[in-house]
Amino acid sequence: MGAYLTRRLLIAIPSLLGISLILFVVLALAPGDPFSELATNPSVPPEVRMALRAKFGLDDPVMFRYWHWLVAMAGGDWGFSFQSRTDVAALILGRVPTTLFVVGSSQVLALVVAVPVGIVAAVRPYSLFDKVANTLAFAGFSLPTFFTGILFILVFSIQLHWLPFVYDADIQATGFQWYWLHVKQAIMPVCVLGFFQAASYTRYVRSAVLDVARLDYVTTARAKGLADSTVTLRHIARNGLIPVVTLVALQMPAVFGGAIVTEQIFRVPGIGALLINAMLSNDTPVVMAVTFVFACLVVLFNLIADLLYGWLDPRISFG
Amino acid sequence: MTAPLLDVQNLTTSFRRDGAWREVVHGVSFTVNPRETVALVGESGSGKSVSALSLMRLTPRDSSRSGGRALFEGRDLLALPEAEMRKVRGDAIAMVFQEPMTSLNPVLTIGFQIAEGLMLHRGLTRDAAEAEAVRLLDRVRIPAARSRLHDYPHRFSGGMRQRVVIAMALACRPKLLIADEPTTALDVTVQAQILDLLKSLQDQEGMAVLFITHDMGVVAEIADRTVVMRHGRAVEAGDTAAIFRGAEHPYTRALLSSVPRLGSMAGEPRPLRFPIVSTTTGAVDVPPALPDTLKPADRPLLQVSGLTTRFDIRGGLFGRTRGRVHAVENVSFDLRAGETLSLVGESGCGKSTTGRSVLRLIEPAAGSVLLDGEDVLKLGPAALRERRKGMQMIFQDPFASLDPRMTVGKAIAEPILLNRLGNRAEARERTADLLARVGLSPDMAGRFPHEFSGGQRQRVCIARALAVRPRLIVADESVSALDVSVKAQVVNLMLELQASLGLAFLFISHDMAVVERVSHRVAVMYLGEIVEMGPRAAIFGAPQHPYTRRLLAAVPVPDPARRGARAALSVDEIRNPIRALDYLPPERRYREVSPGHVVQVWGEDWEPARPAAA
Amino acid sequence: MAGSTPASPSVDLTVAGDPAFLGLDPSPASAGSHLVSDGTAALAAAYPALAAAVPDAPAVDRRRSGAGEVWFRFSRHRLALASVFVLAALVLGVVLGPVLWPTAIDDIDFSAMLQGPSAAHPFGTDDLGQDLLARMIYGGRISLAVGVAAMLVATVVGLTVGSLAGMSRGALGPLLMWVTDLFLALPQLPLLLLLIYLFRDALKRVFGVEGGVFVMIVLVIGGLGWMPVARLVRAQFLSLREKEFVEAARSQGGTTLHLVLRHILPNALGPVIVAGTIEVSSAIIAESTLSFLGLGFPPDIPTWGRILFDAKDHLDTATHWALFPGLAIFLTVLSINFIGDGLRDALDARRVV
Repeated sequence: MGAYLTRRLLIAIPSLLGISLILFVVLALAPGDPFSELATNPSVPPEVRMALRAKFGLDDPVMFRYWHWLVAMAGGDWGFSFQSRTDVAALILGRVPTTLFVVGSSQVLALVVAVPVGIVAAVRPYSLFDKVANTLAFAGFSLPTFFTGILFILVFSIQLHWLPFVYDADIQATGFQWYWLHVKQAIMPVCVLGFFQAASYTRYVRSAVLDVARLDYVTTARAKGLADSTVTLRHIARNGLIPVVTLVALQMPAVFGGAIVTEQIFRVPGIGALLINAMLSNDTPVVMAVTFVFACLVVLFNLIADLLYGWLDPRISFG
Repeated sequence: MTAPLLDVQNLTTSFRRDGAWREVVHGVSFTVNPRETVALVGESGSGKSVSALSLMRLTPRDSSRSGGRALFEGRDLLALPEAEMRKVRGDAIAMVFQEPMTSLNPVLTIGFQIAEGLMLHRGLTRDAAEAEAVRLLDRVRIPAARSRLHDYPHRFSGGMRQRVVIAMALACRPKLLIADEPTTALDVTVQAQILDLLKSLQDQEGMAVLFITHDMGVVAEIADRTVVMRHGRAVEAGDTAAIFRGAEHPYTRALLSSVPRLGSMAGEPRPLRFPIVSTTTGAVDVPPALPDTLKPADRPLLQVSGLTTRFDIRGGLFGRTRGRVHAVENVSFDLRAGETLSLVGESGCGKSTTGRSVLRLIEPAAGSVLLDGEDVLKLGPAALRERRKGMQMIFQDPFASLDPRMTVGKAIAEPILLNRLGNRAEARERTADLLARVGLSPDMAGRFPHEFSGGQRQRVCIARALAVRPRLIVADESVSALDVSVKAQVVNLMLELQASLGLAFLFISHDMAVVERVSHRVAVMYLGEIVEMGPRAAIFGAPQHPYTRRLLAAVPVPDPARRGARAALSVDEIRNPIRALDYLPPERRYREVSPGHVVQVWGEDWEPARPAAA
Repeated sequence: MAGSTPASPSVDLTVAGDPAFLGLDPSPASAGSHLVSDGTAALAAAYPALAAAVPDAPAVDRRRSGAGEVWFRFSRHRLALASVFVLAALVLGVVLGPVLWPTAIDDIDFSAMLQGPSAAHPFGTDDLGQDLLARMIYGGRISLAVGVAAMLVATVVGLTVGSLAGMSRGALGPLLMWVTDLFLALPQLPLLLLLIYLFRDALKRVFGVEGGVFVMIVLVIGGLGWMPVARLVRAQFLSLREKEFVEAARSQGGTTLHLVLRHILPNALGPVIVAGTIEVSSAIIAESTLSFLGLGFPPDIPTWGRILFDAKDHLDTATHWALFPGLAIFLTVLSINFIGDGLRDALDARRVV
């Protein structure tokens, strides 16, 4: 297990480097000067402009620029947002918890829905339940999150007036009320993201469990006289869900993509909304940093999934 | 006579497929008495496994149904409520399945999997159940049972896993053990160990065994009574010895006549075709002896010397090479035109790799392969493609060796066109010719592989191999996947082709009985090396090397009269050929014991035979 | 891999669905035994012991071979069959739409702002009084064209990378797969946005406004969508190249090119077709998402996503404005996904041959 863990950790580093290189190359290849905006923007003081040019070393060879940028990023110096005039690192770190809260809750919701539904559907394949679940799953991942979000707002905010459709990070309330308002405003973003993921996860769980359900050791377990529920939980689900860990990890880029959209619709002040706003106002340092943070989060979650996989599957430790 | 333990009356089983019910077991009846072993024998599709699963009610509930009665100690298993049936499963009736590699749950320890049934049926605590599991592992002779209790299945070899599965089945001291092809997936020496184990456990526990198998040798080895099944019906049942002495039903007789028997070739100078018995009338067609296919020639068609093939094993942090599989190690042999040399051995011995290395489907690391005096290993890509016409291969799996998207006609014509041996019209003509030659109808050329049965596909593969008029054919387990009756026909076809075309066969097989039937000479491989090679009569009549002897002793003989004549076998595992990077293969010496019969000089590790582990 | 899978199980993900169809190997390559399913659809055959019940009989009625067999199996998937008609109607609608409904997309009519559906404007109007039906017909052509073009880009790149990785026996294969896995771990949407943000102006200069944005969006979506196809093709190639029928062709003197073109590729194509189908729907979603975020096509090119983007600030007064484009996207994507599912059954793509 120790060697496995080390190996996964070591593999994560080149991935991060690779991703950062891709991001930087994209920026370097971009036509024109990404800071041209600064030159014409009267609200940017000249000394800030000069400092930025120096920091990005715009006149150095590309590899040097990449190296400087990487060292700066690794050292926590993520630059200065020329729109909000604050340190980018502080700006992002202040918003990461909100994004993680929404993404995390939606993933929990997705798994809570998908795992039982997928297992039941797989244990009774081609039954009515399976067919209904399958059709709903198809509808679920064919509905883009932005459209679900709009539908939710139409129904729950505009028609029913149950839920607020603007997320407020600074709720002026105390005690129980504070929690309640937080939950209320999180319901729609979390559900939009959660149901979309639940739809794909249901199909993953179903087919992974279905693969296990036909294996010999399941028949062996049944031949022991175990009850169906025991066979399903102990012998089928336990094995079937191992590959799902990997699949969930591989979905992470899509999940964060969905988070950007939902944050934009419900005006959740997370890093996704920050990214869009930065792009619309040509705030390059923020754009680069947020994209990189997303990449780091994806790699981090993949790493967690790897470790989980190793923990769940006893065969891994000898790999 | 006591009342039977299990009395199956008119069992039927149907499956629903595409909305329609299809009956696959049509009214099978048999009984199993206490302490008795009954074999349910038949070829694939005979319904033997389905019958067993139906008795346990383990067929899929939604898409299968069974009729008839199955009285076990007076209670009808097929009519019991599900909750009652669960109490029977694993307790009074236990089951062992075919595939040891997949019949254990990979994420649970073997100790827990054995204890599971004890906790369920006996109400033991986890600790008490695991203590009992240790005792059971001892009984199935797993070394160091206590320390292995918390190991996961992937740390056990196939033979050891099958022992664990048996321990699991024996946990609650069942009155009846249903064993569904429990040794089919195992190597022959391991199979012999497991059969021995089952027999001795049966004696100690006093249980009855319902043994499902396709292998008449195994039947002769263990069964008191035998039920022969075909197409979902029991065609014949009776005392095993009586059935082998004189079967009544033509099908049984056909089946028995196509079973190769080790030792039946003593005194025969040349390979012999199988007699074919009609499955309907029972009429026997004894084929005339084959002509001598060996012609005197200056030099052998194929001369292999010092052939060595190794595979790197990568692993660790940066995928470094950590070890090497010494799959083929310094192998040398000759093969003459019209001759059959068999390479025999158990899984992992390197026999298939040798075949592929000769054709350069795998690049060998060293050695030379002279075909008509020309070294195949030194040829460039274009010349190699050209020379490969002279040697062709027939593979094991007739389902995988034909492109599913190509009609068999196109598949056979492809090599002709590829090698520019003719235009399209000529290729078509030759295809029709070849199909007829292998016993198929030329108008089958337009069909796709999935429209053929396994035996027919293997004939197509033979036709395809013959298309380029090769002189050498490497037959890699070519008949191993086929049912016995089909196997006999395909072997006969190969022998006839050898006689008419003067083909040389490099016949790779683990099946000693078939090898005895078809070979002129035999080479025994173990851990990548040839340990013994010589004329067929010498190898089978006077085996020298301890491994050859062990291999031959382990082959089940389809003759109940010779049962129990074998020496006890140890729990030796087949060793693996993975070696460290700096491993230097030991210098081997061979001695010639009789003309053409050479034996590797063996070291102390072969002698004296190690005592069986307790 | 880029930190994502232990010892790279060959799993695909975009295919919004079924891992089994991609030849999912849930066991780590380093572990001994594996749990790969045989993928047999029929339930009775799902149990190995039962499979023996009917093995030597040819599996398929011989009157239905090739295309007929595929169509027979496809047509048994009723939702897929229905989806063919829905999609055909949508495609016909956007292709023939301008002929049947020749209203200009930019006819501004301030007297008819934010009107609901009526005879004059079947889908209503937007805040400038422009006819939504005409705008949706126009936008639908772009959305569908983006989907198909991006699918072609992704499939061509994926096929190339996947076949190279699948045939290579040297260092190229692992390197290509490392790059593939790296791309899979990229945060796609942020990167899409970033690329468009950086390159939009340059391409506009070369291809003009509409063409530039179209080319860029297709390249970017396709360029970030090829990885599942590549992994799938590689998995198929790895499995197929060891198959005995390929070895047989090799031992009969077939060159590598012959093996790939004649034996490997045709057998690998089924899953690729399915993946390509799904790729169309994910490209349509990606394009609408970009437009919805205001970073796709400019306002004067009303793709479905762009119409939704414009509509989202008028939800309370003009519900129809958001509903029609949203439903159009949903119906298109849903029917393509169902068709993909039907093809998967029909081509037996579940089975990695």
